[in-house]
Amino acid sequence: MDAVAIVGVGMTQIKRERKADGYPDLVYEASRAALDDAGMSIDQVDNVITVSNDFFDGRTISSMAIQDACGSYDKNVSTVEGDGTFGAFYGLMRILSGSYGTTLVCAHHKGSESQMPLITNAMFDPIYARFLGIDAVTSSALQARAYMEKYGVTEEQCAMVSVKNHGNALKNPVAQLPLELTVEEVMSSPYISDPIKLLDCCPISDGASAVILASGDRAEKITEKAVWVKGVAHCSSAYHLGDRNLYCVCALNEAAKKAYSMAGISEPAQDIDLVELYDAFTYMEPLWLEGLGFCERGEGGNLTASGKTATGGELPVNASGGCLSGNPVLVAGLNRIIECALQVRGDAGEHQVPGVKTALAHGINGPCGQAHCVWILGGEK
Amino acid sequence: MGKRVAITGVGMTHQRSARPDVNGRELINEAVRMALGDAGMTRSDIDAVVIGNMDHFEGINYVDTWSVDGSGGLMKPIMKLTTGGTTGTTVAMGAYYHVASGLFDRVLAIGWEKNSESDTTGAIITAFDPFWDRPIFAGAVAGLAMEATAYMHATDATEEDAAYVAVRERKHALNNPYAHLHINMTIADVMGSPYLSWPVKMGDMCPRTDGACALVFASEDVVDDFPQRPVWIQGVADRHLWAYTSDPYLDFKTGEAWFPAMQKSSQDVYRRVGITDPLEQFDVAELYLPYSFAGLRYMESLGFCEKGGAPELTRAGAFDMGGKCPVNPSGGVMSSNAIGATGLIRVAECAWQIQGRAGERQVPDVKLALATGFGGCFWSDVLVLGKDKPEKARG
Amino acid sequence: MSEEKKDLITLESGEMAQPFRWTAGAYGSKFLTELRDNKKFVGVKCPKCGKVYVPPRRVCGPCYVELTELVPVSGEGEVVTYTVVSFGFVDPATGTQKPVPYGYAAIMLDGSDTVLLHFIDETDPEKITIGARVKAVFEEERTGSLLDIKHFELIRG
Repeated sequence: MDAVAIVGVGMTQIKRERKADGYPDLVYEASRAALDDAGMSIDQVDNVITVSNDFFDGRTISSMAIQDACGSYDKNVSTVEGDGTFGAFYGLMRILSGSYGTTLVCAHHKGSESQMPLITNAMFDPIYARFLGIDAVTSSALQARAYMEKYGVTEEQCAMVSVKNHGNALKNPVAQLPLELTVEEVMSSPYISDPIKLLDCCPISDGASAVILASGDRAEKITEKAVWVKGVAHCSSAYHLGDRNLYCVCALNEAAKKAYSMAGISEPAQDIDLVELYDAFTYMEPLWLEGLGFCERGEGGNLTASGKTATGGELPVNASGGCLSGNPVLVAGLNRIIECALQVRGDAGEHQVPGVKTALAHGINGPCGQAHCVWILGGEK
Repeated sequence: MGKRVAITGVGMTHQRSARPDVNGRELINEAVRMALGDAGMTRSDIDAVVIGNMDHFEGINYVDTWSVDGSGGLMKPIMKLTTGGTTGTTVAMGAYYHVASGLFDRVLAIGWEKNSESDTTGAIITAFDPFWDRPIFAGAVAGLAMEATAYMHATDATEEDAAYVAVRERKHALNNPYAHLHINMTIADVMGSPYLSWPVKMGDMCPRTDGACALVFASEDVVDDFPQRPVWIQGVADRHLWAYTSDPYLDFKTGEAWFPAMQKSSQDVYRRVGITDPLEQFDVAELYLPYSFAGLRYMESLGFCEKGGAPELTRAGAFDMGGKCPVNPSGGVMSSNAIGATGLIRVAECAWQIQGRAGERQVPDVKLALATGFGGCFWSDVLVLGKDKPEKARG
Repeated sequence: MSEEKKDLITLESGEMAQPFRWTAGAYGSKFLTELRDNKKFVGVKCPKCGKVYVPPRRVCGPCYVELTELVPVSGEGEVVTYTVVSFGFVDPATGTQKPVPYGYAAIMLDGSDTVLLHFIDETDPEKITIGARVKAVFEEERTGSLLDIKHFELIRG
């Protein structure tokens, strides 16, 4: 793969509700921040990829509303419907094709404008599943239970993820839910859908973010702080929950394997300094860590309990506070990429982890992490 | 440097008013199986899947993950692209960039819609701004009707000129077994059909259709593995200029351009490919003409003639079968409109024309073809396809 | 219906719907409250190209700058283009069918450089022209919606 770098990043603050701002306003705020971060003008952006979802926005072709705000006037532009990691992947391909030197990728989400269970219910099959009232929370509860039963991962271990990530968020100025918690507090929070409790869940959020990607030669002219894409891949497993073993992480395995191979990584636990992954619910963090090959199958809970994934540990995971501390869906994956880029640059402020040379960002699409996208970013071209 | 990209497999369903015998995934699968068969491939040969439709026509969120059983995307990279009416061409461009990037050699592009499953006008209205557009918007028909009014005001074009286009498209469709409408229509029939939204009549509009289309895009590195002659992508471009449905009508006020998004996107791709005289250089065009007046205004915007020149050129038969550059030998959108598939079908029809496999609708000796997508608030996608491998990858 | 078709099941979504609560934003709210409280129109002016957008928005797409200067705009303007809708359809906002025919136009208000879509009080297309002058007619009861404008009335004679 030819060299491509992240040359600018921008995030809005993540809030429960940004009532004064429509989603185009959030997109403008994030895109402008990314341009400023890169020291670029909009004229230097060759093409634009927007990320949105018609259901979340409550309108067909919802990306229409942001054509002014994303700076795509008189540029080639397209829209990915899915997580921001997938949108950024398309932005990357458009550079690799040789057609463009730079791509602005932006994503937005206003969870405050809809009723999340009804939106995520619409992910499920209208004939066979929707009438059950199944949604992102209840389907994830099925997955959490399957995972816990299979490998003996405990609710306490999951609670530790909540404590760690909300605690990390105390040092992240964009996070929505910085909280000082104890395992007991998480354990005694009410069940939403057994085994998932309130403090195991990400919040509903408003936010937007943007990333500017550039080809190797353009990147070096734009910034001295380019963060290089070393490897990236994605993969989808089966749709019907009954067609998968919910504790299985085969699609994530596949995506990670490919991304590692592109990046020349043979021992992820040693070669990767920091991970930002999609922890919509606490159990996802240990499960995805297994899928990413940071430990053996079933060892994710123990890995969390060992403290290695804490900010001061050997493998800091979600030093930003993760999705648990703010989850504007779709934006969330792009934020994982941005957090990794900031860490590699050494610009993560109070939640900076020292000496991050290689970082992994991860995003998901579909029910129970049906599809996964894995990015490896590094400081060296 | 990017890879050069060819289409090496084509599949589509017969376009019908309703397909209650299949669900969405099964409809998609019909097109996918045909494309894979055409390309001499099996599911295991696919490196990635790009899929698109318009969510609210079927009410399915996350169609890319929902459709893996039908699309063949199980345990593969899948991606959903959605831009409204332009979705089909957007998907084609997405597949093009997947392959051109060098990351994937064989990519399946899928566009589909089951318009029979919802109220199309209602779903289209929800495309527009809930505060500024939606309370008073009457769907695509009225939006297009205002374009027609302004176009007739600015030129000498008449409702009869538009009716000529509607008749031409329906006549062409008689040669296309995949088309939804097979009806013999006269100009008098169109003129006598009831007004839906003045000056647009029933006979001027596209139907609502169920259908799917699938194409295989392949890298220059593997193109020799396929049984069919490769159809090379020469260039792609798009412009989605506006955010509000009211904005495009401004262009009539300023009088600077007919259809700026279409002018800008076509000029972008013509410049890259080296097109200076579209009427002379293109052998065939498959254009997203959602209604008859588009067949006039869009020909001008695409540079086939001067502003206001389309009625005369059209009625002289330049865009008929046997004319200088036949437009929509397939019968086009006015004969079949499964919205998410429609743009991709334009690309598929160009591929068949270039391969010489278009049956009774074949235009002789096609070397260069033009495909377009239309949607959003007057957005435009443009693709140029050709028989010859481009000298270099050029996007 | 053939026997075969009779056996094909469809599932009605019925009342299944996703309700939304959209944000008008700061400028949109200003525009709507002015309509509601004062029967007045406001736009926003681009500091770079000078274009006045109605309704106000935050960003000028072509210039890519943030818009901040709210300016008053007239309730009168001219028809840029128009149609007369004569096909019935269920409006997804209300779930009911709006009576047809009705006139519908793109209107450029005096002092604005963009167009606003709204109803006009004429259903004979022959009696409407591009360039015709129109004037906003307000509802008695106003709620802070674009429908606080009942329609635009053709200034006849």
